[in-house]
Amino acid sequence: MAQIFHRSTNVLSRLSIFGFVFILAGIVWIAYIVNRSPYITEVGMAQVQPVPFSHKHHVSGLGLDCRFCHTSVETSAFAGMPPTETCMTCHSQIWSDSPMLEPVRESYRSNQSIEWNRVYQLPGYVYFDHSIHINKGIGCSTCHGRVDQMPLMWRASPMQMEWCLNCHRNVEQYVRPRAAVYQMDYQPPKDQVALGEKLVKEYKVQKLTDCYTCHR
Amino acid sequence: MSSPSFNQNPTPEPEAPLIGFGYNYATVTDKISAIVLSKRTPRTWLVGFAIAFALLMVLMLAIGKLLFVGVGVWGIQIPVGWGWAIVNFVWWVGIAHAGTLISAILLLLHQEWRTSINRFAEAMTLFAVACAGMFPLLHLGRPWLFYWLFPYPNTMNVWPQFRSPLIWDVFAVSTYATVSLIFWYVGLIPDLATIRDRSKKTLSQKIYGIFAMGWRGSAKHWKRYETAYLLLAGLATPLVVSVHSVVSFDFAVGIVPGWHSAIFPPYFVAGAIFSGFAMVLTISIPVRKFYGLEDFITERHLNNMAKVLLATGLIVAYGYLMETFMAFYAGGRFDKYMIMDRMTGHYMNFYWILLTCNVVVPQFLWIPKIRNNVWVLWVISILVNVGMWLERYVIVVQSLARDFVPSSWRNYTGTHWDVATFLGSIGLFLTLLFLFLRYVPMISIFELRGLVPKGDAPAASTGASQRG
Repeated sequence: MAQIFHRSTNVLSRLSIFGFVFILAGIVWIAYIVNRSPYITEVGMAQVQPVPFSHKHHVSGLGLDCRFCHTSVETSAFAGMPPTETCMTCHSQIWSDSPMLEPVRESYRSNQSIEWNRVYQLPGYVYFDHSIHINKGIGCSTCHGRVDQMPLMWRASPMQMEWCLNCHRNVEQYVRPRAAVYQMDYQPPKDQVALGEKLVKEYKVQKLTDCYTCHR
Repeated sequence: MSSPSFNQNPTPEPEAPLIGFGYNYATVTDKISAIVLSKRTPRTWLVGFAIAFALLMVLMLAIGKLLFVGVGVWGIQIPVGWGWAIVNFVWWVGIAHAGTLISAILLLLHQEWRTSINRFAEAMTLFAVACAGMFPLLHLGRPWLFYWLFPYPNTMNVWPQFRSPLIWDVFAVSTYATVSLIFWYVGLIPDLATIRDRSKKTLSQKIYGIFAMGWRGSAKHWKRYETAYLLLAGLATPLVVSVHSVVSFDFAVGIVPGWHSAIFPPYFVAGAIFSGFAMVLTISIPVRKFYGLEDFITERHLNNMAKVLLATGLIVAYGYLMETFMAFYAGGRFDKYMIMDRMTGHYMNFYWILLTCNVVVPQFLWIPKIRNNVWVLWVISILVNVGMWLERYVIVVQSLARDFVPSSWRNYTGTHWDVATFLGSIGLFLTLLFLFLRYVPMISIFELRGLVPKGDAPAASTGASQRG
């Protein structure tokens, strides 16, 4: 009788046995990579804003402190976004006819806030408080990166739970003296762990890793 | 019919044949493969399939409603957070036990009578596991995140709680499903080759050919097959005990009175085999009648299964007895209250009906006449299935509804969505079963050929061996 299958089926069937393991492993590996890639995390991807505000110019060029605009970072959960008046303190005098700044002036005239696009967005089920991190010696740049080098804002951290936990479990590797919290170019010393352990004790840093610390 | 019509001896002797008179290798193969190869789908099959499929659609509707609204449609509340869904899960997993027991343990014990029911029971096992697995996943509330149950390198840097029996359950049930599937499939390969060789249509030759994996029936193939099958049987054997033990831990590890009991693992395993054999009987009796397979699934088979039913039923009855005895012997006030509430409280009807179905009814199986009366046996097997469902209902619901703090007591009733989901799962089971009966040889042809008396068997026509 005629053969049902072509001779090539032999090769195909052997390949499929071999391939099964590798294809399965490949799928897992791809999922692992994609889930941690900027495609998902948006790390390093500059966000378009209504006004192309440059942190680089304002922080490293003009020397503004973080708290000049983000006023509530030391006292509240939310670091605070500056009202248009803060911009207009200078920009009513400087670049006051720049077309680039027209949305700022429009906002000032109409009393409507500028609608910035959030760069760091946490899900609603995560409780996060800026003030406690600042007061326990976690620097701005630890999470937000070298903001003073960013012409447009982008995410410097993946904001995934493993990233949160990595710090919460190993605080001594990240904590710095309170005096250096706003210092953008802070470099951890060689004996960071020793310093970290000392600061953890001094600042009474708790390594909070219970579910309810963030998911309340 | 194979059973002799001597009135003075209604019980078939142990030597009674496992296969009807006058069969040889060829006729055995013809008879079983004809069911699959027949061009005409029987009208009754179509009717049965239509009913099963309609029930499956009810399941789809119920799941749709659940996904849309949430687990609240199931009537679960606090303290009864585990309602019908978990009852159904345990019931289906229990039913899934007969397959491996028949296939693996009876194979290792050289019980030849397993041959004509093992394929069937294994298929039933697979379908029951599919139904069972569905319920805890749907009960998660957000079933689309079910993969959180598995330990995988996730971006949350959290692992499942390995100290929780619910996670043991995930591993136990998924291992059981995998091993059962492989065991069933490996056992099917020679028969799929037979169907491939006997099929006249190119498409079915190809489909069965792919699944037969190039089986040619050479001596080398058979040797490897035998080794693999035996190894798989060895692998599956501990699973018969482990799976339902782990399911029982879901309860026994908890501190709720009525759950926190050391007798649970063996008592659950016996209950599982009890309900599994009941389901094999419930299904094989109509099927053998309908397909005229009385010569292959003989009265001796039914008789043996009835005996297993009786034996496991007695173990289960011992479990009920010990549960009650221990509550009073230990004298804890919560345990005593739980048992009294079980017997006289809100759920007493469930309890007494379950005792009737699981303890009283199987006692009729002591009588050989009843074991040999096919339709009485069928009714008994259905009653056992009902009883086992009620047993799980009482364990899950009654224990939760009356826990330690009277202020939190609250009675529970399932909603019509619970009923729809349960009926739907039966629809899923039956749909898969009907497809199995039509497209896969339901009895192991080559193993059955081994039961043909050697003198009758001509050397020719061994099916798969001739062609490739």
